[in-house]
Amino acid sequence: MKNIPGLLKKLRESQLFWPLVAWAIILIFDAIFLPNFFKLGIIDDPVYGKHFYGNMIDVFRNGAPMMLVAMGMTLVIATGGIDLSVGAVIAISAAMGAVLINPALGNQLITNEILTRNSTNTPLPLIILADLAAGTVCGLWNGILVSRARIQPMVATLILMVAGRGIAQLITNGQIMTIYYTPYFWFGNAYILGLPVSIFIVILVLILATILVRKTPIGLFIESVGINTKSSYYSGINEKNVKLLVYIFSGFCAAIAGLILSSYVHSADGNNNGLNYELDAILAVVIGGTLMTGGRFSLLASVIGAAVIWTFTVTIYALGVPANALMAAKAVLVMMVIFLYSDYSRRIMNRIFGRRRPQHDTAN
Amino acid sequence: MIQRIKFFIWRQGPLLTTIAIFIVVYFVGSRMYPAMQKPQVFINLFINNGSLLLVSIGMTLVIITGGIDLSVGGVLALTTVASAALLRGGMNPYLVILLMITMGVLFGGLLGSIIQFFKVQPFIVTLMGLFFARGMAYIITLKSITITDPTYKFLALTPIYIPYLHNTYIYFTTFVAFIMLAVAFFISYYTRFGRTIYAMGNNEQSALLMGLAVTRTKIAVYAFSGLCSALAGIVFSMSLLAGYGQFATGLELDSIAAVVMGGTSLSGGIGNVIGTLFGVLINGTIVSIIQFNGTLSSWWTRIAVGVLTLIAIGIQSLFHLRDRHS
Repeated sequence: MKNIPGLLKKLRESQLFWPLVAWAIILIFDAIFLPNFFKLGIIDDPVYGKHFYGNMIDVFRNGAPMMLVAMGMTLVIATGGIDLSVGAVIAISAAMGAVLINPALGNQLITNEILTRNSTNTPLPLIILADLAAGTVCGLWNGILVSRARIQPMVATLILMVAGRGIAQLITNGQIMTIYYTPYFWFGNAYILGLPVSIFIVILVLILATILVRKTPIGLFIESVGINTKSSYYSGINEKNVKLLVYIFSGFCAAIAGLILSSYVHSADGNNNGLNYELDAILAVVIGGTLMTGGRFSLLASVIGAAVIWTFTVTIYALGVPANALMAAKAVLVMMVIFLYSDYSRRIMNRIFGRRRPQHDTAN
Repeated sequence: MIQRIKFFIWRQGPLLTTIAIFIVVYFVGSRMYPAMQKPQVFINLFINNGSLLLVSIGMTLVIITGGIDLSVGGVLALTTVASAALLRGGMNPYLVILLMITMGVLFGGLLGSIIQFFKVQPFIVTLMGLFFARGMAYIITLKSITITDPTYKFLALTPIYIPYLHNTYIYFTTFVAFIMLAVAFFISYYTRFGRTIYAMGNNEQSALLMGLAVTRTKIAVYAFSGLCSALAGIVFSMSLLAGYGQFATGLELDSIAAVVMGGTSLSGGIGNVIGTLFGVLINGTIVSIIQFNGTLSSWWTRIAVGVLTLIAIGIQSLFHLRDRHS
């Protein structure tokens, strides 16, 4: 019994505490005002078999791309950088997939019959590889600009963000390409054990990335570069390669997100795939408690951050708020985050728990 | 004298780079399409990019303090929708303009206060501003509202012919951007407020220790950006004579790109509004070249802007490299 205060303290100091509080607030709100919010049903789908459905399933299925992007963004932000290009990378990856499926390359006469055929021009594994490779190359480009050319991260990734959507449109020749090849839909729509495939992809990437950053020194290197690049360099850490790695990882995650998104909506649209994902992903990372100045990070906390955003979105829809008010409602979410995470609320929290903290510790 | 010229070139290197890129791009464009040599095409750069320029002026000052303002596109859209809705309701247009400007200043000031007093990243706070302003625009109406007010039409559609140039004209709205540019230039170089902006951008802590009014300046700079966005919204609604919540999506990023191309450092403390003017002009020139071509698709604009940003950054970083080593 005497361990409880210690456990509480440990919990409160964990990076997961604040995102969980934010999530809990939304879920409690749901439980009170939307009794049906947590209802889970089983539906027998003619195409994808028996699976669960319900609001919480929607949160994870729709939120999966953002969770992936947020994971990549977490590592980038932990090194003190930022990756604004993820939305554009999502569009590029989606465009790659669509173009490789549709036999519309070259000067071939495109008829409606060819475009709507349930077949592919390239084998599926190759499409996936090409998607992931496209994202990874984009990440590599960002990484080289940041680590080798020493351009500020925000500017370096801004270049790809502006040009990337142009490149995506260049790939699809400016068209919104609809995909009719059914095996491709597996990533965004199918179910394993009644749960969406995308959840499993997120869990897989999360586990692999966590092993990568926690069981090898890479995580420590990332935090050290984020806290002080120069001193990391002098202590023998190859900060250039650490930075390169995180941008590659971010591009890779965005590519998977693009694959899932295009598979989910059955199309690739250079202008709208992954629109505003960069902003939402950064928001998710901030909700996850990773400071934008770099340093300590937690991948799981960022995933929870993305879940908070999507739980909030689904709640807004479930409340029957018109879609056009969603933007304003999101502002309320951000406001909540600002107040929860500001020094004031932390000070009040500390006062409640009766613990004194030195002043400089709470500053930003 | 040679020493001084050399010093000037090194000091103003980034700005001169931007101007040089603009001249080269415009020169190449006018060699390819002789119609671009007409003065009207040059003037059109200012007419078409008036609102982008206005937004970027505010953005420049914010970025010099080391912050960022993502809310500009939202404020612009909200201004167009709100003013169109008020005008439809039969309100006096001058009163509408005054109201919109007040709203922009208050909105920016509010964001600045949150940033200053809650010590939250400007990125997050202004992101909230973007969501809020655009959301409000959608809540007012989802449809596009046409503006039929005679005063607005007069201000928007009366050409002012420029003397000595054949058949060349500008509109009243174009002056707004010029006036704000002059104001911002004056503020940033010749007032206490402006010098505080630069001091804060270089090192906020030492600016505070020097006894500069950091709190006031930070709030004021976001309020100024809000003012610029509101003015841009008015100019935008005049140029299209409509208000719509989806106007200017992604404007914040275009404007950041223009500011960066103009030689302003995103880490703060370096840069000026004249560079931003040329950043916006480069953007406009690329758009007009692609329009003149006619066969190139619109997405080449984005790619070209990306490539030119890269070139500008590359050359500018050479100047900064020299700073570091000296």
